[in-house]
Amino acid sequence: MNAQINKQVLREHFGIHARPEQVVVALAGNPNVGKSTVFNSLTGLRQHTGNWPGKTVDNAQGVFSYRQTSFLLVDLPGTYSLLAHTIEEQIARDFICFGHPDATLVVLDATCLERNLNLALQVLEITPRVVICVNLMDEARKRGIIIDVKTLEKELRVPVVGTAARIGEGIEDLKEALWQVATQSTHAEPAQVRYSLEVEEAIRELSSALDAVPTGPLNRRWLALRLLDGNPSILAGINTYFELISN
Amino acid sequence: MSLVYTQSWLDKASNKAEEIRQRYDNRIADLIVKDLYANAEEIARKAVVFRRRSRGWDKKLDDILTSRRFGYPVMVALLGAVFWLTIVGANYPSDLLALLFSRLQEKLTWFFSATGLPDWFHGVMVLGLFAGLASVVAVMLPPMAIFFPLFTLLEDLGYLPRVAFNLDHIFKRCGACGKQALTMCMGFGCNAAGVVSCRIIDSPRERIMAILTNNFVPCNGRFPILIAIGTVFFAGTLPYGLQSAAAAGVVTAMVVLGVLLTFGVSWLLSQTILRGEPSSMVLELPPYRMPQLLPVIYRSIIDRTVFVLRRAVIMAAPAGALTWVLANTHIGDFSILAHIATLLQPLGQMIGLDGFILLAFVLGLPANEIVIPILLMMYLSTGRMVDFASLEELRQVLINNGWTWLTAVNMMLFTLLHWPCTTTLLTVYKESGSKKWTAMAFLIPTVTAFLVCFMVTQAVRLLGLV
Repeated sequence: MNAQINKQVLREHFGIHARPEQVVVALAGNPNVGKSTVFNSLTGLRQHTGNWPGKTVDNAQGVFSYRQTSFLLVDLPGTYSLLAHTIEEQIARDFICFGHPDATLVVLDATCLERNLNLALQVLEITPRVVICVNLMDEARKRGIIIDVKTLEKELRVPVVGTAARIGEGIEDLKEALWQVATQSTHAEPAQVRYSLEVEEAIRELSSALDAVPTGPLNRRWLALRLLDGNPSILAGINTYFELISN
Repeated sequence: MSLVYTQSWLDKASNKAEEIRQRYDNRIADLIVKDLYANAEEIARKAVVFRRRSRGWDKKLDDILTSRRFGYPVMVALLGAVFWLTIVGANYPSDLLALLFSRLQEKLTWFFSATGLPDWFHGVMVLGLFAGLASVVAVMLPPMAIFFPLFTLLEDLGYLPRVAFNLDHIFKRCGACGKQALTMCMGFGCNAAGVVSCRIIDSPRERIMAILTNNFVPCNGRFPILIAIGTVFFAGTLPYGLQSAAAAGVVTAMVVLGVLLTFGVSWLLSQTILRGEPSSMVLELPPYRMPQLLPVIYRSIIDRTVFVLRRAVIMAAPAGALTWVLANTHIGDFSILAHIATLLQPLGQMIGLDGFILLAFVLGLPANEIVIPILLMMYLSTGRMVDFASLEELRQVLINNGWTWLTAVNMMLFTLLHWPCTTTLLTVYKESGSKKWTAMAFLIPTVTAFLVCFMVTQAVRLLGLV
């Protein structure tokens, strides 16, 4: 049961107190994409808000049930990327990396998909347990933008659900997709970002140096990329991770 | 597993990463961001279909405001109009405030002599502290109280993102990020705020570039200097109706020059110490909105005008007192101030200024708002006493101290281009976390200012125009 205890310790570090059988879902997305609307239509009134531990950034958590499974939905700060330039990006990234979510739900804005995909791709680099929600489908239709959900699913190789959370469209499908990803053991192999030759060469070189390094839940390729970014904040996250599980 | 063991492995790995980064000229982070965007773009192209539809009025408006033909002219015209309104509107209240303060000063002087307080105390408190304060308020308050609401209005209308859109391809060609236009807009308010706003730029290379060049946008501390000098020197001789238009034209030209230099310097940086490809970015054009008048006024008056004025006043009062002391403490035949100014004179001469002006800029390092008040105090304390109660009298003071139109041009150029204030430099240090980039943020504008003023002065003198 060691893994179970670790999971609990890690989540509590982020102020998430889930029951052992409860499924934890992280909710990521750009600002102003209707993330809160999705959050509200999934959880209804069963939610409470506070701060991330030690940070002045809002944190909302809510609960809902589907197929006799209880879900705890954790609303991450709205961010454009996970490159950790801001405290919000760092919180979102650290929770997805170390907070042990059973699934991550990424909300995208159908009216400007391209910019939003940037975040989705970054999440897919960290974890395969992802559901993509393309929200504001109604708004996009109104503006003459059609999103081909099937193609998107084929490209990203994770479940994609089109929603219009404001009018409740697609919310049931979203729950089904989340249930599948969070509780079933079938693993997706999501699309990975294809980098230019120079970057790939640098990744290869650094990955071989990372071979013996204990990286916790992180995959080596992703860690190599972050080290190449020159953003050392991820190292602090890894340290905290090992500190937590060794106690 | 021991924690020490983990730590040592991570240290080794990050050292290795640092080594690889160096080998790639620090371009890796930019390449990663660029590739991410390229992947997103490719997927979006496959999954998104745009259907033709009837266009709303805001689309039609965008067709004009962001078009090749009208985009730039509209931008420059709007900028000019904002300056014109500011100058027209600020003239009268500026004179009124100056008159009010000089009356008040007479009363204070009378009070001080009536109560038998010592002369030096009167000098420090009234001629130094109070006069410094009064001229900052008289020179700064009216233009700010008009400029900021107008600028906030443009912001609220949704015009500023269109500016970024228009300028995007130029920034790209200079190896910079289109969002830099927005950080420059912030710089109009305050360069320190402009530097902080550079966080919206994802690529580290482009962020540093935006931080280093933000100072070429005149902040509100320098902007009244441009207005004052532009008004008294390039509009004074024209018929009344044309005066403000001419002054607005001169100020607009200065700002446009600042923008052009931003492009030039960005390009130079992207060819030398900040090499790399521009990353692609997606700029969203938000819908046009009807601005809400009360919040606009509240935000621009409280958040900006009062904030900036407060800082200026805090800096101006002690600087005024200090300047008075320096101007009235004599070593030998001359005051300390005159000694330093004499020292700086040859350097000032070379770039078409004088020792006093350079000294005023040096003393104005904490806040550019106090440059003109300090300068006036220095000029007035050297014997040629003139009461400064209106712009016309400001002109007289300057001309009495040997100013020509070339001095005025160089004064404006130097104001636009010289080193950033200490607050901005501290902010650069906080944002970049590097002493090297902070030093560059000081050196790049300083070298540019001396170079441009030197070339202009030498060219004009060579052609015998002065």
